[in-house]
Amino acid sequence: MSHSSPVVSVSGVTKVFGEGDSDRVRALENINLDVHPGEFISLIGPSGCGKSTLLRLIGDLIKPSGGTVQVNGKSAHQARLDRDYGMVFQQATLYDWRTVRKNVQLPLEVMSYAREKREARAQEMLKLVQLEEFSRHYPWQLSGGMQQRVAIARALAFEPSLLLMDEPFGALDEMTRERMQMELLRIWSQTQTTVIFVTHSIPEAVFLSSRAVVMSPRPGRLAGIVEIDLPRPRAFETRESAPFFEKIVEVRECLRRDEVRVASA
Amino acid sequence: MVETPTLPIHEVASEIPPAPRGTPAWLRQIIAFAIIAVALVAFWEGYKALGAATGGMIPLTAARLPVRPDDKSMPHVFDILAALFKPVQRGSENTLLSFLLRSALFTWREALVGFAIGSLVGFALGVVFVHSGLLERGLMPFVVASQTVPLLAVAPMVVIWGSRLQWPAWLAVTIISAYLTFFPVTINTLRGLRSPDPTALELMRSYAASDWQVLWKLRVPAALPYIFTALKISATASVIGAIIGELPSGIADGLGRSLLTFSYYYVSGPEKLYAAIFGAALLGIVFVVIIAQVERMVVPAGRRIE
Ligand SMILES: Nc1ncnc2c1ncn2[C@@H]1O[C@H](COP(=O)(O)OP(=O)(O)O)[C@@H](O)[C@H]1O
Ligand SMILES: [Mg+2]
Repeated sequence: MSHSSPVVSVSGVTKVFGEGDSDRVRALENINLDVHPGEFISLIGPSGCGKSTLLRLIGDLIKPSGGTVQVNGKSAHQARLDRDYGMVFQQATLYDWRTVRKNVQLPLEVMSYAREKREARAQEMLKLVQLEEFSRHYPWQLSGGMQQRVAIARALAFEPSLLLMDEPFGALDEMTRERMQMELLRIWSQTQTTVIFVTHSIPEAVFLSSRAVVMSPRPGRLAGIVEIDLPRPRAFETRESAPFFEKIVEVRECLRRDEVRVASA
Repeated sequence: MVETPTLPIHEVASEIPPAPRGTPAWLRQIIAFAIIAVALVAFWEGYKALGAATGGMIPLTAARLPVRPDDKSMPHVFDILAALFKPVQRGSENTLLSFLLRSALFTWREALVGFAIGSLVGFALGVVFVHSGLLERGLMPFVVASQTVPLLAVAPMVVIWGSRLQWPAWLAVTIISAYLTFFPVTINTLRGLRSPDPTALELMRSYAASDWQVLWKLRVPAALPYIFTALKISATASVIGAIIGELPSGIADGLGRSLLTFSYYYVSGPEKLYAAIFGAALLGIVFVVIIAQVERMVVPAGRRIE
C-alpha cells in the first residue's frame, strides 16, 4: 500500500487565522501526512484541535499559511478544479427545493453530465445507499440518517477519487450512527474510494479506519498515528472483540500522553 | 379458537377507508373571506342603526359617535351595491359597475407593466449587490433615499420629463408604479440570495461551480420564498403607484381619475366613491391572489413563507 504514490500529501502545513495579535489563532502547526490510495483515514482529537481546518485545507476550501498540500500529484486547488473531491459535512446540506433524486444529481448538473447519464448515476447511487424508493421525496420528509445517506450518495455520484467527511454522523443517535458506519464501510469497500474522516469519537475512528491520525490542540498538531489492522470486513462482532478494545486503549493513550505533555509544558 | 392471520402492512392499510378529505384549502379561504365580509357589513349597518336610535350619540354618554351615521357619511351597503347597476352619470348608458371594471382594468395594465419593470430592476439590483459589496455600499443609500422622497413630489416630475420626451402618458404612470415596486424586491432578493448557509456554498465550491451556476442552482432557488413575499408587497404598491401616477398625467380612463371625480361629487352620490374605493382594493387583492397562486406552483410546500 505504502509503495504507491500518495493520494494526499500534506507537508509542513501551517494555518494561522486572523491578522492582529489579539485575534490570531494558530490552528495548525507543521502538519505532515501522506494518505495512500484506498485508505480509510480518521482525523481524531478534541474539539478545536484543527481537524476541520486540516480537512478544509486538503479540499481547497481554505489556503494554508505555509507548506504545501498535494492531491493526486497536483496542487489541492487544481484537484478541486478537476473535481477530485466528494465532501460530506456534519449537516447533510441537502437543497430542500430539490427532491432526493435531484439532490444527488446536483454535482452532475454542475459538471454538465448528459441528462440520461445523470438519471442513471443518481439511480445507481440511491441503490448503493438503499434509498431508491425515496428518490421523489423532499429532504424534509426524511430522517437525519436518511438525509446523511443522500449526502453520501451525492458525494459519490461523480466518482471522486477522494471522499472528505467532516463528522458526518455527529448529529445522529448512537444506534443510527452504528448502522451508518457499517453502511459506509460497505460503500467504501464497493467503491474503493480513499476516505478522510473527521470524528471526535474514539470507537468510531477505530471501527472505521485503517489508520487513526491523532491530533492535539493549541496549536493543532499531529500527536501520533495508530495503525488499525483489525480484520475486514468489520462487523457487529468487531465492536466486542478484544483487539478492538486494545486499539481503543491505544488511541486513548495517544490522546492522553499528549495532554500530559501539554500540561507539564 | 381461530388464530387471526397477521396481514402484511400494506394489506392492512388498504382495509382502512381513506381518511375523509377536509374542505380544500381554497374553499376554506373563500369561506373565511365571506364570513369576515358579512361581519364587516353587519358592523357597518349595526353602527348606522345604533346611531339612528341614539341620535348620533354613543349610548349612555353625551359624546358623539366618531363617524356620523347618516346616509351621506356612511351610505347603506345595499345602496352602494345598487349604485353599481345604475348609470354612472345621468343619461349615460354605462352602469357604474362596467365603468369601474373598465377603469380597474386600465389601471391594472399600467400597474402590471410597472410591476414587471420594477420587479426585474429590483431582482437585478439584488443580484448585483450580492456579488459586489462595493456596489452595494455605494448604491444602497440611494436606493433607500429613493423611497423616502414623497411619491407626490416624484410623480409630477416623471410626468413632466415624460411629456418633454414625448412619451405616451401611460408610460410615465408605469415608471411611477415601477418606482414604488422595485424597492421591496431589491431588499428581499438580496436577503434571499444571502440566505444559503456557508456549507451550502462550500458544497458548490467543492464542485468547482461557476458564479453563474451558484446563482441559478443555489442562490436564486433559496431566495424564491423571499422574492415572492416581496412580490406580494409590490403588487399592491404597483396599483397604488399607478393610481397616484394617473392624477398628474391627466389620464382619464383609470381608477385614479374615477376616485378624484367621485370625491368631487361626493355630496350628490357618496355611494360611487365607496364603490370605487372597493374596486381599487379588490384590484389589489386579485393581484396578490394571482401571485400567491404562481408561488404555489413554483415553490414546494415545505419552503413557503405563509
Ligand atoms: N474561519 C476561522 N476563523 C478564525 N478562526 C478559526 C476559523 N476556523 C477555525 N478557527 C479556529 O481554528 C481552530 C481549529 O478549528 P477547527 O479546525 O474547526 O477544529 P475542530 O474541527 O478540530 O473542532 C479553533 O481554535 C478555531 O477557533
Ligand atoms: Mg470541526
